[in-house]
Amino acid sequence: MDQLIQQIINGISLGSIYALIALGYTMVYGIIKLINFAHGDIYMLGAYIGYFCMTTLKLGFLPSLFIAIILCMIVGICIEKIAYKPLRNATRIAVLITAIGVSLFLQYGTMFFVGANVRTYPPLTGLMAKRFKYGHTLISMHQIIIVITTIVLMTALQVIVKNTRIGKAMRAVSLDKDAAQLMGINVDSTISFTFALGSALAGAAGVLVGIYYNSINPLMGTMPGLKAFVAAVLGGIGIIPGAMMGGYLIGIIEVFVSGYGSSMYRDAVVFAILILILILKPSGIMGKNIGEKV
Amino acid sequence: MKKIWNKVTAMRKWVFILLTFALVQLLAQVGIINDYLQATIATICINIILAVSLNLITGFTGQFSLGHAGFMSIGAYSCAIVLLRLPTIGGFLLGLLLGAVLASLIGFLVGLPTLRLRGDYLAIATLGMSEIIRVVFINIKITNGAAGLSGIPRFTNWFFLYLFVVSTIVLISNFLKSSHGRACISIREDEIAAEAMGINTTRYKVMSFTMGAFFAGIAGGLYAAYFYYIDPGTFDFLKSIDVLVIVVLGGLGSISGSILAAILLALISVVLQDISELQMIVYSLILIIIMIFRPQGLMGSKELSFKMFRDLGKSLAFRKESE
Repeated sequence: MDQLIQQIINGISLGSIYALIALGYTMVYGIIKLINFAHGDIYMLGAYIGYFCMTTLKLGFLPSLFIAIILCMIVGICIEKIAYKPLRNATRIAVLITAIGVSLFLQYGTMFFVGANVRTYPPLTGLMAKRFKYGHTLISMHQIIIVITTIVLMTALQVIVKNTRIGKAMRAVSLDKDAAQLMGINVDSTISFTFALGSALAGAAGVLVGIYYNSINPLMGTMPGLKAFVAAVLGGIGIIPGAMMGGYLIGIIEVFVSGYGSSMYRDAVVFAILILILILKPSGIMGKNIGEKV
Repeated sequence: MKKIWNKVTAMRKWVFILLTFALVQLLAQVGIINDYLQATIATICINIILAVSLNLITGFTGQFSLGHAGFMSIGAYSCAIVLLRLPTIGGFLLGLLLGAVLASLIGFLVGLPTLRLRGDYLAIATLGMSEIIRVVFINIKITNGAAGLSGIPRFTNWFFLYLFVVSTIVLISNFLKSSHGRACISIREDEIAAEAMGINTTRYKVMSFTMGAFFAGIAGGLYAAYFYYIDPGTFDFLKSIDVLVIVVLGGLGSISGSILAAILLALISVVLQDISELQMIVYSLILIIIMIFRPQGLMGSKELSFKMFRDLGKSLAFRKESE
């Protein structure tokens, strides 16, 4: 029983990270129907920015998180303006290949500047490094920080999407781009804003994973990126609460497979779930079936 | 006289094919093509088989697959396992056949449920499939886990490479000219209209997917029997991307485009090998720039043909005359 609770706690921490990345995937997919393969690499950039803030600039956790979020936002907007905007009317596969190109560029560009070696995050000190023990269950302060940060960011996102003008514009553009444009919505800036939001969340996830797992490297973004995408599909792609739920589900499932089965198979299980959900309910758990129009 | 000329025109494709074979063979014998270039040529040939078979799925049938490396790895491992136990030419051919059949079987099993889905979902499903295949290869005993299989005897030579490249191209382009092939192309053009015309879309999608997997299996087998060593990491997500990049760069729906792009990308990586730390950066930039300025790829959906050269020559001659 203790182990079960422990696994659930670990799963929720990991799931928070997946959920943050999945949100960016799902928003970008919802608005321009692009699987943004570069998203996982923005998460990697976030981890590196956080690392340099904490080591070179000797900043604390919160300022580092803040700087990572801002810089990732800027990177996200730049990527969208430079690489994706010229392809607004191109075929989807062309945009997808561009996304893969951007992803490779970010990975190997980072590798060129900071080297391919694994770096270790500086350990947090004081209150941040505390561990709490209840019976046999162990909760570290890291996990609490991760969950609280995630909840704060997700609430902020929900408020932005539901209650602000730009959030309304985002929802309108994802529903029907042309109609939104006719209503006087600036589609381009709305898309840029979506990228900024998604990249901010990914950057935050990068810093969080840095303090949780300690080690970072330039290629760390690919696998979590793919899994976060699975999470987005699982919850129903394009649906924001779906991505959150999908992220937590994937995190918990992964931890359970590692804990009770074999950790070697945890990636396979995640992708097997993906194939199952695609066969059984391709629109995802929270998705609705939309009829096909000719 | 005209009859003979017509015969020559009909034959020239084969003459061209034989001449290319003889030329490379000769250059390798004389020693102008060294070992490094030979390995590059082998990579090009394997990539051509992979790209043409993926083009059948993605370019002609319009089904977006990101799992080609998975099929390739099935072919590679089957061929390697057979070759390690039966290191003869018979074993090599048996391994190739086994790998191709297994790959197409898996392709059939995965394709049947997932090809009902449209667009991006298939891409994700095939990506998931190839990751699952990789994880399975890491974990089962016969493939020696993450360490991979080494000491595979080399049976792949220029003759076999060329033979399989030519037969892949001939088979796939003939398939595309058949009524089945036309049905596949109609699915790419408009799936709903194709269905309305009475085409069993799922059946043809599965058919082209299975065929593509078959040839990817052969390419994998050739790879294993050339490079002595394979491990699951060779066939990761990046490998699938590599193949997709060749197809898109050459032009979706252009077989000669795939061939050109495979050669071009291999040459680029030969040129870039001295600056290896910049290699991937330049590669990715080329990718982005080509997609922004020529999203339809080098060839679009056109094919390179003798006629094209003749027309080019004619227009050049005409220009000279008019000057």
